[in-house]
Amino acid sequence: MDIDKEIRTEGRPGGGDGETAPAGRTGAGSPVEFRLDAASGVPTYLQLVHQVEHALRLGYLKPGDQLPKVRDVVAALAINPNTVLKAYKELETKGLTAGRPGQGTFIQATLSQVTLPELAGLRRSLLGWLASAEAAGLDEDGMVALFSSALRDFFNRRGGSAGGRGTAGGETEGVA
Amino acid sequence: MSVNVIEAGGLGKRYGGTWALRDCSLAIPAGHVAALVGPNGAGKSTLLNLAAGLAEPSAGGVTVLGGRPAGSRAAADGIAFVAQDTPLYKNLPVADMLHLTRNLNRRFDQAYAQGRLAELGIPLKRKAGKLSGGQQAQLALTLALARRPRLLLLDEPVAMLDPVARHDFMAAVLTAMADDGVSVVLSSHALAELERVADYLVLLSRGRVQVAGEVEDLLASHRMLTGPAADAGRYAERPVVHLQRGEAQAHLLVRATPHDPVPPGWEAHPVGLEELALAYLREPGAGALPGPARGRSTQTSEVTR
Repeated sequence: MDIDKEIRTEGRPGGGDGETAPAGRTGAGSPVEFRLDAASGVPTYLQLVHQVEHALRLGYLKPGDQLPKVRDVVAALAINPNTVLKAYKELETKGLTAGRPGQGTFIQATLSQVTLPELAGLRRSLLGWLASAEAAGLDEDGMVALFSSALRDFFNRRGGSAGGRGTAGGETEGVA
Repeated sequence: MSVNVIEAGGLGKRYGGTWALRDCSLAIPAGHVAALVGPNGAGKSTLLNLAAGLAEPSAGGVTVLGGRPAGSRAAADGIAFVAQDTPLYKNLPVADMLHLTRNLNRRFDQAYAQGRLAELGIPLKRKAGKLSGGQQAQLALTLALARRPRLLLLDEPVAMLDPVARHDFMAAVLTAMADDGVSVVLSSHALAELERVADYLVLLSRGRVQVAGEVEDLLASHRMLTGPAADAGRYAERPVVHLQRGEAQAHLLVRATPHDPVPPGWEAHPVGLEELALAYLREPGAGALPGPARGRSTQTSEVTR
């Protein structure tokens, strides 16, 4: 009964890890589309929240951008409208979005203080690190383990919270 | 906003000497997709038929849409019901089905129905019986929605459909909910699918309501505890819904919130709708307690004291 798999054949390229299903045209008028991973065990509304946060971190979404309309998400993913509303409310509570009556939901903050070119540069150096890790004989799980452990150490040494998840640095960057 | 789309008190239906539904009391609030779940013969279709006014109760009563007696004209005007077998006249062309339905109902939005069928690419001249299963289901749904109901009742709406048709059908139902705020009550065996569709759950077992409540509340008030099988018996005092015991390890589905302390040596995990429903379905006796969302006798907070 995995409906996701049935839709995947229409998937857009670069849709990610292959575990999730592209969802058609939720993104009409919005820079992003939502996908659902039925096997992840993560509640549907949280999946939507995470995808917006992820898109914000990677610069796919910027202040002023519109999120897909609730109706479009419902139509594309066949999920309960209340689930989408809950996700959007959560994003609003986090200060990341704001609803505009009659128009929709818009991004008003960013999670990334880094510009797209900077991100591309950082990604390149990370790819370089990955190549050397592979050359040293690490497999994917090994790389993830090493990176996660280094990441934990890095932030632990700095006393924990700083720079961790959800410190939406851009909350003061208003929308034009 | 506290209108109940279905409210039943002591509701029962007997066919011959057999109670298909008995002592059923529940209140399903508006604005939800409520799923009726239970084994075959648990009374799901009976409950839907009683709510739709297609059957007379043998005991108790049922009202819909904020107190309208089921079967009354006021109730019928606000309800659309799509029965299990997608009832269509197979020899009638689609256009004639539209015409017939329009004439049989006080309210029928012809423009909406035609627009929807055009969008779906369902030809008006084709006989209903010649449409694909998915198209027949969509036609039945279109006829139901064109009556502009406030409550949509669906009995096993997607049981016969292939995965794409199921997805499209549910997407259409949920889009109607997003557009018009129609409330939905549907019966289904497809638990995995309900996970993302339903936000209210009614579990029926042997003709009685076993669990009823908002999915979010139900999930927040149940946890799966995993630990040593030898200790499993120690939790007999607690409201254990379901126990799976191996030689060394046991899984207990208990009524407990994420804030309740986890016993030493045990791990607690959140549960999903499917896991929760399966556990209850395997333990028909666990239905003695009311749904935690509307708990009366047992508060979840006292669960793991």
